[in-house]
Amino acid sequence: MNAPQTRLSGGFITPAFDSARGFRTILSAMSRPGTVLDLAGGHGPAPLSDAAATVLLVLCDRTTPLHLAPSHDTADMREWIAFHCAAPLVDAPDAAFALGDWAALQPLDRFAIGTPEYPDRAATLIIDGHDFNATPAWLFGPGIKDSATLALPKTAAFAANHARFPLGWDAIFTAGSRIAALPRSTKVR
Amino acid sequence: MYVAVKGGERAIDAAHDWLGRAHRGPAEQAPLDTAQIRDQMALAVARVMAEGSLYDPDLAALAIKQARGDLIEAIFLIRAYRTTLPRLGASAAVDTGAMRVKRRVSATFKDIPGGQVLGPTFDYTHRLLDFRLMADGELPATPPATGDGAALHAPHVLGFLNRDGLIEDTPDDGKEPGDLTREPMELPADRALRLQALARGDEGFLLGLAYSTQRGYARNHAFVGELRIGAVSVEMEIPELGFAIELGEVEVTECETVNQFKGSRTEPAQFTRGYGLTFGQTERKALSMALVDRALRWDELGEDDQGAPAQDQEFVLSHCDNIQATGFLEHIKLPHYVDFQAELELVRRLRAGAEDEA
Amino acid sequence: MTAIPSQMDRRDALGLLARAPAARLAELLPELPAHDLLRAPEIGTVMVRGRAGGTGAAFNLGEITVTRASIRLPSGHVGHGYVQGRDKSHALRAALIDAMGRPDIIETLRAEETARRAAIAVEAAATRVEFFTLARGEDE
Repeated sequence: MNAPQTRLSGGFITPAFDSARGFRTILSAMSRPGTVLDLAGGHGPAPLSDAAATVLLVLCDRTTPLHLAPSHDTADMREWIAFHCAAPLVDAPDAAFALGDWAALQPLDRFAIGTPEYPDRAATLIIDGHDFNATPAWLFGPGIKDSATLALPKTAAFAANHARFPLGWDAIFTAGSRIAALPRSTKVR
Repeated sequence: MYVAVKGGERAIDAAHDWLGRAHRGPAEQAPLDTAQIRDQMALAVARVMAEGSLYDPDLAALAIKQARGDLIEAIFLIRAYRTTLPRLGASAAVDTGAMRVKRRVSATFKDIPGGQVLGPTFDYTHRLLDFRLMADGELPATPPATGDGAALHAPHVLGFLNRDGLIEDTPDDGKEPGDLTREPMELPADRALRLQALARGDEGFLLGLAYSTQRGYARNHAFVGELRIGAVSVEMEIPELGFAIELGEVEVTECETVNQFKGSRTEPAQFTRGYGLTFGQTERKALSMALVDRALRWDELGEDDQGAPAQDQEFVLSHCDNIQATGFLEHIKLPHYVDFQAELELVRRLRAGAEDEA
Repeated sequence: MTAIPSQMDRRDALGLLARAPAARLAELLPELPAHDLLRAPEIGTVMVRGRAGGTGAAFNLGEITVTRASIRLPSGHVGHGYVQGRDKSHALRAALIDAMGRPDIIETLRAEETARRAAIAVEAAATRVEFFTLARGEDE
């Protein structure tokens, strides 16, 4: 008999429904910046939040290179990702997705921002352990009627990212079972 | 003038109902069992798997039944089903040298280790209709062969030529092969992409092209160095296990041709190779694939472009897929009332203009 | 509790489980022991690769259907099943037997597979051509 393993649980119970629901929630969060939604269903090893685990289960597979920032780069995490997502783990510049807390993801200029011909070849940052109760910033732009607010770890970084639109990375914020998102198209103040 | 076309729903429903009854045949007949199709129409199943690009005999049998025996329609069903499945990974390259062969012949060497094994072939039949199959439904059973059942050791025939340096080497460049089901094909396509396209290409189209090379359009006289049919193991690395396991086995047909090559400024005179590999017992297809593969290699071998269709990779690769071809071809029978209205107006105006000038 | 098998043994067993007919596994393990699903049985495809010229650069030949499942027994032992085809119970049973370690089942499957392969090899061997060398002029 093989040695006991305990880090393989936490996948979707009903994959077709769970991933469809999860995708709809992520899409809603990304298309209505500032809206904080509930997202759960996935459960991974610490320090991964359930919301971030669900994002990984929905969006990552063997075709999406993933970068794990030091905060989330543990043996348990690697094993969990290999089993549930099979996403190849890569260095920051090659990543389609990057996962970590805000401090561990620094410096942000390592991540792909796309090219003028292919702005879609940019990274999506999954900023886990986000403090949704920090001082909110004002948001304006597509998907926002008049204005919205969202707590940001550092407003200036997101303003600078927006300044190079249509290039730039996109961000997903997660903590517990909550998710919000900020695409590069959103103006931040 | 744009005329909105609506309606026909009832007609479509009735057409589908009739299709359902026609599909079933007379009620007094026994319905076809998909297991019968799988096992007794095995070569049709093999073609659907090869060109559907999905090895699953049960699914191919179902597709043939549903398509009323229209194999291209069945291939369409398989291709459509395939798109609903997640890709779990890619296998290690199958080792055809370790194939458990049920047929293996060489037209270039009489005495080969492992011998010439004919397998269940039509080759030496007289092509006379056997009316016993109609009268009695089946032929008298012949007893199975007897023997010790030791696996045949059948190394690749062309390996012998390779050892003497008389045939080009085919080194493994270790490159991750492109996948035309994931990324749109860009031309010129490398050999890996061409082989993928040919492996799922239409048998009839490739047969015609291969025949054209034999008749002199891009002549490269081919010998069948080896043709083999048998089972190969499919092995894949499993991340959660940390090692590779066998997922199953598939029957494949492999054909290696030996072609004359007079040499070039950089290469001595030697033989070159064409390669065919297809799912199932699909011998004609594998042979055709090998001839067309060789014809497409004119550039890398420094041969002349004779302007033959089989040498033109854009022509071959853009037209060998029967699902792409049938999709575009068959759409023209659907309503084009508005397009045609515009053409009609144009012709009327041109004629009116000509009459005014006269 | 039996000894932890070597990686080679496990690899060998998983291959036999994958290649066995699904119906045969159902006969050999009719009752499913209690287990947690780590990954519910899932149908997908695997791209099968070949090599140009049999030994050269790899290319994508076409896909096969594959079903996989992963389970954990109450003992904590984890099993994975990856099997060709679309039979979810086949994948589940393969994963269970992987976790349980059932050498009796594995050896039964091995014997049956050897017999299946031998039957084909016998038919093939019977169609092997024995050439007769005819007398030629220069031999006289």
